[in-house]
Amino acid sequence: MDGCNVRIVDVSEIRQAVKNLAVKTTSNVPKGAIDALERACLTEESSVGKEVIKQILENHRIASEENVPACQDTGVAMLFIELGQDVRLTGGDLYEAINEGVRQGYIEGYLRKSVVSDPLFERVNTGDNTPAVIYVDIVPGSRIKIMFAAKGGGAENMSGLRMFAPAAGVEGVKEFVIDQVRKAGPNPCPPIIVGVGIGGTFDRVALLAKKAVLREVGSSNPHPEYAELEKELLEEINKLGIGPQGFGGRTTALAVNVEFAPCHIASLPVACNLNCHAGPHDTIVL
Amino acid sequence: MAIIKISTPLTEEVMSTLKAGDNVKISGVLYTARDAAHKRLVALIEEGKELPMEIQGQIIYYVGPAPAKPGQAIGSAGPTTSYRMDPYAPILMEHGLKGMIGKGSRSQSVKDAMVTHNAVYFAAIGGAGALLAKCVKDAEIVAYEDLGPEAIRKLTVEDFPAVVVNDICGNDLYEQGVEQYRIDND
Repeated sequence: MDGCNVRIVDVSEIRQAVKNLAVKTTSNVPKGAIDALERACLTEESSVGKEVIKQILENHRIASEENVPACQDTGVAMLFIELGQDVRLTGGDLYEAINEGVRQGYIEGYLRKSVVSDPLFERVNTGDNTPAVIYVDIVPGSRIKIMFAAKGGGAENMSGLRMFAPAAGVEGVKEFVIDQVRKAGPNPCPPIIVGVGIGGTFDRVALLAKKAVLREVGSSNPHPEYAELEKELLEEINKLGIGPQGFGGRTTALAVNVEFAPCHIASLPVACNLNCHAGPHDTIVL
Repeated sequence: MAIIKISTPLTEEVMSTLKAGDNVKISGVLYTARDAAHKRLVALIEEGKELPMEIQGQIIYYVGPAPAKPGQAIGSAGPTTSYRMDPYAPILMEHGLKGMIGKGSRSQSVKDAMVTHNAVYFAAIGGAGALLAKCVKDAEIVAYEDLGPEAIRKLTVEDFPAVVVNDICGNDLYEQGVEQYRIDND
């Protein structure tokens, strides 16, 4: 490679970007979700459900105007980094810089610290919401794209994964996703966003579902058959009757997003990851 | 939509009038507690020790608030998912707890305990933490400060909005709501 094309970036720039994202993301619910809530407010048949959606919209307005988190659960910090292969990072460890950004953002932004260091025995709060969950993909070019998501525990706990045999087919996949939402009921704060991963391996399918749940509400999969599957799943889920907050109604989900990947000839992995009606995330490009 | 105003501590008379689906506004005191605090409270009861807060006729709000910004009584403070407190709730009702505020379904044993001990489960809107925080006028930590957001706080609230999900007769709004709006495929 021609050495002249290398872009040098100090990791302190990444630390600062992560901090800024942490501070502002949880008070600004993505526009796609707001638009979908506004549409649902017009179409919801249950008067209780309609009132719930109005209050959720009012909540999101207050959060943005007063710069306070829409939800007290400001989540585990998740960072998805696309790192251009022509970038050379200087000034320290990338992962430490990201965690420092999270630490500063959660403390200075008055966000809740929701991470325990040991999952099973001690469960002591780390006090600064680190460590973050960090994924780095190397991509062509010299840009650095950083997506921050504050992933709350309530909806995350309602997620599931199943390794199907290929014979299960489309029907098996649909039944699994619908059943997952039915079992979750009121717990993940409906109206929810449903992320579905199909294919890959046991580990990759979970990440696909995560990427799906963080895709903008209102977007669809570019592949027509998967876009159709998204529409059909949304329609079926909204027949479940769970409704806003589970009090009964037509708006159980705002969106179903599907992401897929090639997989083994013997496998049909499916994962379903849920998000609440806010699903806070934001992206910055350096 | 009719709204019933209630205040704490909850009396037997008020409990008998609340029905699943009722919209209420609560004023008075709410104690916050989540998983870790519940574990400690139940351990105290099992050891025969005194609890660090009043429980007779009281309401526990399942919440771990965000830190207060300067000028705020409390940061965003919406409900957390209640089933995680199911293993601990019946023993607290046995000792006088009358109300719980959270979101999401309860286990059958919790629903049975509510009928036995005349207690009610309310839902607040999950994800509406910024809105709900405005009803909290004062917040002070009464126990377990080391737990951070999971410490037990005494909240003074005014017109805190909630919906009755499970009443003392065994009704369940979540079941009734789904029943009313579910569309079965042929």
